[in-house]
Amino acid sequence: MNEGLADFLRGIAATNEWWYIMPEILLAVLALGLLVLELLSPAIRKHVPRVAMGGLGLILALLLMVDCSDCMGANGQSAFGGLLQSNEWSHLMRVFFVFSALMVSYLGGIFLAGRNLAQSEFYHLVILVAAAMMLLVQSNHFVMLFVALEMATVAFYVLVAYRRTSSLSLEAGIKYLILGALSSSILLFGIVLLYGAGGNPALPGASGDSLNFDALESFIALNPDNPVVLTGAMLVLAGICFKIGAVPFQIWVPDVYQGAPNPVTAYLAIASKAAGFMVLLSLLHGPFLALQDFLLPVLVFIAAASILFGNIAAVMQRNLKRLLGLSGIAHAGYLLIGVAASFTIEWVDNAVVFYLITYLLASFVVFLVLSLSGEGDDADLNIERYANFSREQPFLSGALTCGLGSLAGIPPMGGFVAKLLLFVAAFQAGLYGLLGVAVLGVVISVYYYFGWIRALYFNGSSVTALGEASNAPTLQNRFVLCALVVAIVVLGIFPAVVSLV
Amino acid sequence: MFDPNATVLLAAILVPLFAGVVLAFGSGYTGGMRRGVALGGFGYPLVAAFFLAFRFDPAQVGAYNFESKLATGLDSFGIYLHLGLNGISLPLFLLAGVVGFAAGLYAMFSNAERPHLYLALMLFMQSGLMGTFASVDIFFFYFFHEFALIPTFIMIAVWGGTGRRTAAMEMTIYLTLGAMLSLLGLVSLYVTSGAESFSLPELRDYLATHPLSETLQANIFGLLLFGFGILVSLFPFHSWAPKGYASAPTGTAMLHAGVLKKFGLYGLLQIGVPLLPVGMAHWFPWLAWLALGNIIIIGLVTIAQRDLKLMLGYSSVMHMGYAFLGIAAFSVVGAGGALLMMVAHGLSVALLFMLSTCIYHRSLTFDLGAMGGLAVKAPVLCAFFVAASMASIGLPGFGNFWGEFTIFMALAETEFTRWLVLPAALGIIISAIYGLRAVANIFFGKPKAEFAARWDSDEVKDLQGFEKTPAMILLAALVVIGIFPRLVSDRADAELGGLYPIKESLPQFETTAGTPAVSGKEQTH
Repeated sequence: MNEGLADFLRGIAATNEWWYIMPEILLAVLALGLLVLELLSPAIRKHVPRVAMGGLGLILALLLMVDCSDCMGANGQSAFGGLLQSNEWSHLMRVFFVFSALMVSYLGGIFLAGRNLAQSEFYHLVILVAAAMMLLVQSNHFVMLFVALEMATVAFYVLVAYRRTSSLSLEAGIKYLILGALSSSILLFGIVLLYGAGGNPALPGASGDSLNFDALESFIALNPDNPVVLTGAMLVLAGICFKIGAVPFQIWVPDVYQGAPNPVTAYLAIASKAAGFMVLLSLLHGPFLALQDFLLPVLVFIAAASILFGNIAAVMQRNLKRLLGLSGIAHAGYLLIGVAASFTIEWVDNAVVFYLITYLLASFVVFLVLSLSGEGDDADLNIERYANFSREQPFLSGALTCGLGSLAGIPPMGGFVAKLLLFVAAFQAGLYGLLGVAVLGVVISVYYYFGWIRALYFNGSSVTALGEASNAPTLQNRFVLCALVVAIVVLGIFPAVVSLV
Repeated sequence: MFDPNATVLLAAILVPLFAGVVLAFGSGYTGGMRRGVALGGFGYPLVAAFFLAFRFDPAQVGAYNFESKLATGLDSFGIYLHLGLNGISLPLFLLAGVVGFAAGLYAMFSNAERPHLYLALMLFMQSGLMGTFASVDIFFFYFFHEFALIPTFIMIAVWGGTGRRTAAMEMTIYLTLGAMLSLLGLVSLYVTSGAESFSLPELRDYLATHPLSETLQANIFGLLLFGFGILVSLFPFHSWAPKGYASAPTGTAMLHAGVLKKFGLYGLLQIGVPLLPVGMAHWFPWLAWLALGNIIIIGLVTIAQRDLKLMLGYSSVMHMGYAFLGIAAFSVVGAGGALLMMVAHGLSVALLFMLSTCIYHRSLTFDLGAMGGLAVKAPVLCAFFVAASMASIGLPGFGNFWGEFTIFMALAETEFTRWLVLPAALGIIISAIYGLRAVANIFFGKPKAEFAARWDSDEVKDLQGFEKTPAMILLAALVVIGIFPRLVSDRADAELGGLYPIKESLPQFETTAGTPAVSGKEQTH
């Protein structure tokens, strides 16, 4: 052990920086505690889901009471020798990820009930992913970023293939593993190129710590035209585009979404995408700030291609989970409009976060209804099977209508305000072409979202009704759905509740 | 500054919404309770609209009566729930109250399946309608319109007639396209004006001192014209309307064709033309020719219809052409005529859709060729239908007459638009042809074979009480406007007089007498 490392550790111990990541530590303790509980006795094993959700709820409540990023001092202060840095969204995104982990655990409880699958490992992995993503969005260093990203991704490899008796789930697992590993290696290659360029003493501004975002930012500002830097930035961008499922790195999305268990699909759609976008924003506002002239056309192209591909491919899709995956590509495209506009318009970051929040709420409504209405294998849920659903399940249909309405961006749902804010931003940034594509995309998306709603309410079909096969939702499920729908509507009418806009 | 009338206005939006929520989420209602809640939900906006109409202070030209402004958390964008009424929105607010009440009354006694859901969706729609015309803020103006559209789609998909699957879908996509285009127009107005506010008076004041460039005005007006145009079934973007109305349940068709569709015209009258006069001048040839398309081409298409509901759907598309022409006349008189036309058409088309369902309940067909002789069995129904058809054709004594008359006057006023009068007047002949032929086919002559076979069944009877009351309300309103058009026009004139620029002051109209289509092309380059 060299002296430097010892000094470093001594410094951390002296300043007690561990407090900064208390929520993540608590989550890790909870995740590991679940595994211990499982070992104790079969009687306790039954309570694992309750302990997991109770623990997540407790951490969420603590987070809502104590703003942890305050511990790190003012915004922009870094901890752990520059590995982590809080920004204006770190607190909100922590709440976001813990809440999604809670909702995914809730969905998991429904999914695992009556299935002969391991219980506590599921919750364990879900909680670990949440902790990893919380670290990911605060990372200020490429090593931290990569470690956190891999921690989440490896857990996802397991989660996607969790239903090991289903060939679709296993296929999804393999596909996600291979393509995920590929994208990680692309990302890593990009990081290495940036590191190499940043450490080249022949170039101005070279530093010994060119994996650090701040050092890299000042280096790239001095060398914006260096081909190695540009290649590296492009590769990093490609790696992240894989995570958010943007064109041309979207090919895994439909298969994985379909094969993965319902709660995992929801987790991938919501948390994984959100983490990707937050990383993208912090990279574009940090190290890659000087590259905006180079990156803007790339982002605009990716956004337009994602919107068009996602929406057009979803039009003919009959499988609902694939449809959600494809429409998720389109949503990534809308969000990329915000990212592209954020170079020139300052408040757009808030609009992106707001969009992510409305997307989270609406998607959980949709996935919860999917979980409650599926029986047996949920990978083969086709739109036809929802024919006449509202007759047997008026409550679920109403909630699903609200969720889909928000995804389609219809007032008074939150999704409308979110889209409107992005459109205003695109206008101000002068991205007219992208705006036209986005409007076209919204119109196309109405076809499949309303096609689904129409199936719910359409009378007189002879197709075997899924509604009869599903049980009426329990009081608990009704309560959760009601709360989510109310939150969507409140965000649509009074967006100030999230203090972003 | 607390204005109790502002609370009455806000409640006109909230009461139907609340009644709808009560009906949708409650369970175990008896028929009486259901009707009671619905009556409250539809009755209050009507009472509030009349109350506010009497309290309306016409002296406040350029400002809004009964203003209230609530923050919704979008303050940084200048978006507030800003409500109020002016001389242009008041007649439409009243129209929404009257037609909503009549449609609600009819729906309460219709034998729809799951009636509590049906009424709840209609109440949501009613809430959105009242909100649309009470909004001063253009964000909420759009917001409430969309809010009223969603129930329309669901009602068509669930309770609609034949072909409802495709009709609901086509309507959804078409109207979303229109709504998105107009949203883009409104957002671009907000962004490019730099007024930092979605409030209409603030935008207007700001634009008065900082006018937009001609290109910008033309581009934004183009977005608004085609966005709103799709929503109002401007030719050739009309194909959703007849099919949608033909398969929509009666209450929905009454509310949509009667009131909601006026949203686009109202947007052009209140926002588009006053704020973007140069843009309007730029698009004038397009508007004029497309409006003629509505009148002549769709008029001829209407004559060819054999199905009563399709015929009514096409005729409502056709009559929108007059309202567009009124706007195209680009003067206070023309805009006032368009407003009168909108109100009168809303009443008459709602009445016609309702009566057509009454006819269907008796003849069990919408096929004009398979009816006949109904006047013998149902003289009151016949009288109502004849009156409504006459109103829709534009005979004196009904509101529609004044609307069309004023629009023709406005067109004839200037040399520039005079050429439009003749083709537009042809439309009256066209509508007389299909209107009178429908009356003759349904009510006179001998009943056709299948209908004759059911001639003596109990179903073939005259209008019942629950059908008569809403019909009476709508017809009475039509006649009142037909006799005292000043009820609408006085307040509107004062308001429009302050809003509409003098056409001759615009460069487009100075040099180009004669063939406007050519001049329009020159302007584009």
